[in-house]
Amino acid sequence: MNPSQPLLSVRGIVKRYGGLAASDGVDLDVATGEIHSIIGPNGAGKTTLVGQLSGEIRPDAGQILFDGRDITTVPTYRRSALGLARSFQVTSIFPRLTVLENVALAVQAHAGHSFVFWRPAAEEERLREPAREALARTGLERHASSIAATLAHGEQRRLEVAMAIATEPRLVLLDEPTAGMGPEETRQMVDLLHDLRRDTTILLVEHDMDVVFALSDRISVLVYGRVIATGSPEAIRANADVRDAYLGEEYADG
Amino acid sequence: MPKITPGTLGAVAAVALLLALPPILDLVGAPFYVDVATRIAIFAIAAVALDLVLGYGGMVSFGHAAFIGVGAYTVGILSTHASNGTLLFDGALPIGGTHSALIAWPLAVLASALVAFFIGLVSLRTRGVYFIMITLAFAQMIYFFFVSLETYGGDDGLSLWERSSLLGLDLYDSTVFYYLVIFILIAVLVFCRRLVGARFGRVIVGARENERRMNAIGFPTYRYKLVCFTISGAIAGLAGALLANQTEFVSPSLLHWTRSGELIVMVVLGGMGTLLGPVVGAIFFLLLEDVLSELTQHWMIIFGPLLILVVLFANRGLLGLLRRGTGNDTR
Amino acid sequence: MTAALFAEQVLNGLQLGVMLFLMAAGLTLVFGIMNLINLAHGSLYMMGAYLTATFQQATGSFFLGLLLALPATAVVAMLVELVALRQLYDRDHLDQVLATFGLILFFNELTRIIWGPSAYFLDVPEVLSGTVEVLPGIPYPAFRLAILLAGLAVAAFLFFLIARTRLGMLIRAGASNREMVSALGVDIRLLYTLVFGLGAALAALAGGMAGPILAVQVGMGESILILTFVVIVIGGIGSVHGALVAALLVGLVDTFGSVLLPAAAAEMAIYLLMALILVWRPSGLFPVNA
Repeated sequence: MNPSQPLLSVRGIVKRYGGLAASDGVDLDVATGEIHSIIGPNGAGKTTLVGQLSGEIRPDAGQILFDGRDITTVPTYRRSALGLARSFQVTSIFPRLTVLENVALAVQAHAGHSFVFWRPAAEEERLREPAREALARTGLERHASSIAATLAHGEQRRLEVAMAIATEPRLVLLDEPTAGMGPEETRQMVDLLHDLRRDTTILLVEHDMDVVFALSDRISVLVYGRVIATGSPEAIRANADVRDAYLGEEYADG
Repeated sequence: MPKITPGTLGAVAAVALLLALPPILDLVGAPFYVDVATRIAIFAIAAVALDLVLGYGGMVSFGHAAFIGVGAYTVGILSTHASNGTLLFDGALPIGGTHSALIAWPLAVLASALVAFFIGLVSLRTRGVYFIMITLAFAQMIYFFFVSLETYGGDDGLSLWERSSLLGLDLYDSTVFYYLVIFILIAVLVFCRRLVGARFGRVIVGARENERRMNAIGFPTYRYKLVCFTISGAIAGLAGALLANQTEFVSPSLLHWTRSGELIVMVVLGGMGTLLGPVVGAIFFLLLEDVLSELTQHWMIIFGPLLILVVLFANRGLLGLLRRGTGNDTR
Repeated sequence: MTAALFAEQVLNGLQLGVMLFLMAAGLTLVFGIMNLINLAHGSLYMMGAYLTATFQQATGSFFLGLLLALPATAVVAMLVELVALRQLYDRDHLDQVLATFGLILFFNELTRIIWGPSAYFLDVPEVLSGTVEVLPGIPYPAFRLAILLAGLAVAAFLFFLIARTRLGMLIRAGASNREMVSALGVDIRLLYTLVFGLGAALAALAGGMAGPILAVQVGMGESILILTFVVIVIGGIGSVHGALVAALLVGLVDTFGSVLLPAAAAEMAIYLLMALILVWRPSGLFPVNA
């Protein structure tokens, strides 16, 4: 891997819905090892961008490169195999399976094929051991045998993250991991992400500015489907365009 | 390796009861019920097959009767050619018919698996209500195919001149045939039990629960669902092969769309997403059909509204009702 | 194929097409607005045919019989909606399939009890018993032509109703936003019942008109129901104009298939058409939630 080459590189992607361009030539580089946040007002096109990065939405134009490889048309499941994991803005887990089973499934997706018809998955240590590790990492180990639906909201959000990291991804795309959380739960999530950065690159889409400024190495600001600025938290704070477009009103509100 | 649990004990008791059924029926002077039990067991096999896609995979297939039909016709057609000594295919590599179960039954399984594969290939590209309608439509296509197949009786169907022959067993003996069917039912149950607990089953259940998430964590779910659908069709085809042998007659009515509906009723009635559920459902449905049709030839006028009531008020199935108190629910 | 035969087959295909459209329109509206998959829609078709037969015998006029059968079927359907189907709108599709499957069994048996097991054959009404020269040298049965024209008239009426009237506006709004319709002070439950009745009347019209060209018998609703499913799947569920296009397409393919292809292939033609279209567009030709 070329150290100077960005891990994820988005080149001018465009996605139109009718006359509206939800992505209007987005450019973005995420360097290996960094926590890179994307912020922007509602309607800036964050959800559409996440959809295109994860492979659920196909761009009308532009390119997405992952580790130098063009993945623009690569289906979702194969992006995961390449090392691009994600969490969902609205909690997306397997509610009727146990917490351990949730994570073990994520491990299973990356541990060879699953056309195995006879050997019980529950006895495959190869699946359970990494799953337990991911649970320990996210502070969920004592809930391992609980049904996922019974977890508190903050715990379910952490389960999301556990499923994303269980596959040892090279890039984790976290879509508003603190959505709907109280201050205490948010603090735990921040600690968790802080811990994660040791072994993976993180692309964080987040509303909570305190979280963003506490964690990010770099921030990109998305407005009307375009990245209007990218830089360190200090640079973004000082950027007049960003203030005009976004931060000013946000801070004025809060 | 197997642990002694209430479930294991229950299974052992159930198997013991199934094995003891023919002598018991003999004792109480109702040996003809062995045929009824055999028929129920055959439909139980088909219902278990459907449950694999419906209960575990969350795919509401309204076309499983087609796979039963393909399996039954495979046996029927091979048997006809064997009986009148004609060739199935002429040409460079002539192929004749056969009565041998060891050839005909695997071919029946293969044929229905192939049909299921191609139907699944198209249908699984869609979901929800589209999937229901499309599986129904394709099953209807197969139905009309056999209706228009004049060579093999068309609408009137096809009588088997002989039952299949298998390892010197007397398949004309009701009790022997019963034990064979029960053996196959248990084998199918054991296979499905392993399958749903293995990696493959976890993927199928995961796709039912949250397909989007499955894609995001790296599973090409379409492939797995297609294989699941194919396996299910194959097992239903095996049930069809058995049914053809029991009734010694195959006709398009085997594939009638109401059959597919009845299979769904069995699975839901017994309890989806469990393996015993469809078996219980098949027993209950076919016995109820027997009892109600004794009462009146218009039994459906009772059964129809009954079904609606069950859906409205007890949609977890019979096993669900039994288990509600115990919390012992695998769903 | 001669030009005359070709023209006749085109008309036959279109005539089957409009019948399918009458069925598909009701089914697709009910699905689009109430999110209900109603297998018993075919039973309403059958009901329409039987009631037309009965009323024709009572009044001596096919047209009067048909005219009476439409509201009668609609009333039966609305009663069923009130008693049973209403509970199913928020249930999953499997529950809906099972319950409406139960309804089919009920209606089929009820029909068998009331009208007996043997089929009825209705006479083509006197005025329409002849043929019409549609093109010079090409005669065509007047009754079939009347079906075609009636179907097209209903289609036009339906598009007008949906695009231009207050009821149509509510139907369109109901499909996209239940809360909004409720907020307008409209009783959404009443709206649902009315839509269901409308769909039933359309099905009854198709059934009644089919009476003189097909046998009126138990089970007649189910074969057309499955064809209707094919139409809806091809057209895109919830789309009325998709239903029209697909219905005519299926009508033509089915008719020409049975003329040009050997029996087994002819029976499979429309299903293969459906498969091809689905491979190309998995949500049908006119997907509603594009």
